Amino acid sequence: MAKPIKKKRIAVPEQDPKARIHNFNEVALGYTFELAKEEASRCLQCPYEYAPCIKGCPVNVNIPGFIKKILEEDIKGALEVIHETNSLPGITGRVCPQEQQCEMNCVMGKLGDKINIGKLERFVADYAREHGIMAETKIAPKNGKKVAIVGSGPSGLTAAADLIKMGYDVTVYEALHEPGGVLIYGIPEFRLPKDIVHYEVKFLKMIGAKIETNVVIGKTITLQELIDEYDAVFLGTGAGTPKFLNLPGVNCKGIYSANEFLTRINLMKAYKFPEYDTPIKVGKRLAVIGAGNVAMDAARSALRVGFEEVYILYRRTREYMTAREEEIHHAEEEGVKFMFLVSPVEFIGDENCNLKVVKLIMNKLGEPDSSGRRRPEPIPGTEFALEVDAVVFAIGQRPNKILYQEVPELKTTKWGTLVVDEKYRTTMRGVFAGGDAVRGEATVVLAMGDGKRAAKAIDEYIRTGEWPEEIKPKTF
Amino acid sequence: MFEIVDKKVLAPNIKWIRVKAPLVAKSARAGQFIVLRLHEKGERIPLTLFKWHKEDGTIELVFQEVGKTTYELGSYEPGDKIMDIVGPLGKPTHIENYGTAIVVSGGVGAPIGYAVTRALKEAGNHVVSIIGFRNKQYVILEDEFRKVSDELLITTDDGSYVRKGFTTDVLKEYLANGGKADYVFTVGPVIMMKLIADITRKYGIKTDASLNPIMVDGTGMCGACRVTVGGEIKFACVDGPDFDAHQVNFDELLSRLTEYKEEERIALDRYVKGVH
Repeated sequence: MAKPIKKKRIAVPEQDPKARIHNFNEVALGYTFELAKEEASRCLQCPYEYAPCIKGCPVNVNIPGFIKKILEEDIKGALEVIHETNSLPGITGRVCPQEQQCEMNCVMGKLGDKINIGKLERFVADYAREHGIMAETKIAPKNGKKVAIVGSGPSGLTAAADLIKMGYDVTVYEALHEPGGVLIYGIPEFRLPKDIVHYEVKFLKMIGAKIETNVVIGKTITLQELIDEYDAVFLGTGAGTPKFLNLPGVNCKGIYSANEFLTRINLMKAYKFPEYDTPIKVGKRLAVIGAGNVAMDAARSALRVGFEEVYILYRRTREYMTAREEEIHHAEEEGVKFMFLVSPVEFIGDENCNLKVVKLIMNKLGEPDSSGRRRPEPIPGTEFALEVDAVVFAIGQRPNKILYQEVPELKTTKWGTLVVDEKYRTTMRGVFAGGDAVRGEATVVLAMGDGKRAAKAIDEYIRTGEWPEEIKPKTF
Repeated sequence: MFEIVDKKVLAPNIKWIRVKAPLVAKSARAGQFIVLRLHEKGERIPLTLFKWHKEDGTIELVFQEVGKTTYELGSYEPGDKIMDIVGPLGKPTHIENYGTAIVVSGGVGAPIGYAVTRALKEAGNHVVSIIGFRNKQYVILEDEFRKVSDELLITTDDGSYVRKGFTTDVLKEYLANGGKADYVFTVGPVIMMKLIADITRKYGIKTDASLNPIMVDGTGMCGACRVTVGGEIKFACVDGPDFDAHQVNFDELLSRLTEYKEEERIALDRYVKGVH
C-alpha cells in the first residue's frame, strides 16, 4: 500500500523576532533529528536519472539519495552522498537560494509544499559536525604538481578541496587575516555562523591545504611569481569592490558601502566594541539603498547593533527585489521598513558633514530594460526628505581590480569581470578563474560550481599541457 | 605572527620599530603602506612604510601614539609579535627624474617623506627636503633626511629648533626667492597638504599628496577611504594613496577623518584605565 502523502512542510524552529534583533545568533535553528526524519519522509524519492531537484542544483547533489539516508538514520551515509559533489553543505544548506534551484523543481510542489531540501542538507552537515561524524574522503596519492588558489571564498575553497583530492599540492592565498572570503566578511553571523566556516576551513587544512592569509596577490606577491612557481593558478577573487552613486554629499560621514558596514560587524566584530577595537557608529535611523540579499543583511545587522528604525529604499517595486524570499520575510518580521519606487538624489549633512537627510525622488516604472525588469523613471517634482543618521549602499559590487592593475595580459570584460572560456581558462596560460570574479555578482553555490569545474579543467590542463590558441569568452 | 626585533623612542609618543615581515620587505616600494592588526580583538590600521630590507626580511615603521591601537603597539617590545601584517599596499609613488624635486613633510608624515626623498634622489633628482615639526622635541629623522637630500630645510612651529614657521612658510620663501621646483611631493597633516597645494597651484608646479584616510581592509573592498579627486570618488587604498594635490578635496578628507572621534576616545580611555 502506498504511503500517505504529507502535504505540509515540517516547520523549522526559529528564534523569536523580538528576541533575535538583540543578538547575532542564528535565526533559523534547524531541524532536530526527529523533525528532519519527518520532513525527509515526505520526499517522493524520484529516481536519480529523473529527479528534477538534482538537475536544479548547480553542483548536482544527489538529493533523493541523501534524504533516503536521513530516513535510514545513516547520517554519515547522507554526508557522504552530499560530499560526492558538495564539500560545503553546512554553508550551502544555509545560504543557497533553494527556492530558485533544487526546490523550485520539486515534484512534491504539485501535491503540496515542496521538500525543504536546504534545511535537510543543513541538518546533515550540522548533525555530523556536532557528533564528530566525518565523511570518508578519498585522497589520491600526491602527484607532485602544485596549484595556487587566489582567494579563499566559496570558489577557491571548493577548487582547493577537489584538487587536493586529486593529489595536487594546494596553497590558498587570502588577502584578509581570516580565510572564507564573503562567507566571513559579508554574510552575517545570524545567517551563517562563523564557526561553520571555520570548521570547513579546518577540514580543508586537515586534508592538506596550505592557507596563507595576509597575502595580496598583485601586491605582496605578483601573479607572475605564482605562474612561475606553480603548475596552475586559480583566481577566485570575488566581486569585492563596492559601488557608490556619485551624488551630492555621498562622502558625508554616516554613509557606508554594505561591504564596510558588514566587514566592520562580521569580520571585525564591531558589535562587540569596545571589547573589540573596531567601532561602528550607531544612530536612530538607518536607510539601506538596494534590495538584494546584501541589503537585507545590512538592514538586519543595523537593527542588531542598535539602530531603532531601519529602512530599505528600493527604486522598483516589491516583486522586483532580488533578495531571497526568506530574507525579505525575516527582515519584515524583524521590523525593517520597506519604501518602494524611491531613488536617492542627494545627501545632506550638518555643518560638519554628519549625515542628516537623504533626499529621495519618487519613481514610476517604465519600459523593461536589458534585464527584463521595468526601468524606474523619476517623477519630477516628487522629491522629499527622509531624516537619517546613516545610509548603507547595497547596490552591487565589482570585481576587485587590485590583482589586475599590473597584468594587462589578463583580459577583462566591460563589467570588469575576467574573461574565461567554458573551461574557466583566462587569457593567460595556466591561469583559471571562477566565481564572482567571472560572474560579477552571483551566489555562493554558483561560485562553488565554478570551483569544482575549474578544478577538473586544471587537472586536465596539468595532465595534458593543452591550452587553446585563443580563448572563446563564455558569457555567464 | 610578525615579530618585533628592535624598537626606539624617537620623540614623545613617536616610536620606531623594526619588524620581521619578509614578504612585505621583498616587494615594498616608496610611498606604500601596510595594514596591521595587533591581536584577535584588534582593529586594522594602516601604517606607512619607512624602510624595508630584503636581505633580512624586516621592515621599519614609525608611528605616533594617538589612539588605542597605536598606544598599544607602542607598548610592544622586541620579541613581541603583531598578529597580522599585510602589504605592501597602495600604489608606489610615481618616481622619475623631474629635475628639482621638493618633498614637504610634516610631523609623522616624515617617514613616508623620507622614503620618497630617497627614491627621488636615486632617480637622479636634485631633492630639496622641507620638514616641519611642532617643536625641537618632536624633530625626527633629521640625519636620515640629510643623507638623501641635496638641501634640507627644517622648521619648527615655535622656533625652538633651526627656525620658526610652518613648512608652508618655508616653501613660500623658497619659491619667492626663485628656488627651482619641477615637482612637489607632500605628506603630513591634511591642513598642511592643502596649504602646500594652494601654494604650488599658483606656481603651476605638479604636486602629489599622500593621503591618510580611515581604512579597514586596505585592499579596495570597503570604501571607507574614499576621497574626492577631481570630482570623482577614488579609493585611497588602491587608487592612491598619492593623488594630484591640486584635485583633492582636502576639506572632505579632514571631515571624514573625524568620523569615529567619539569611539576613538572611548577606546583610548578604556585602554588607559587598563580595561582590556
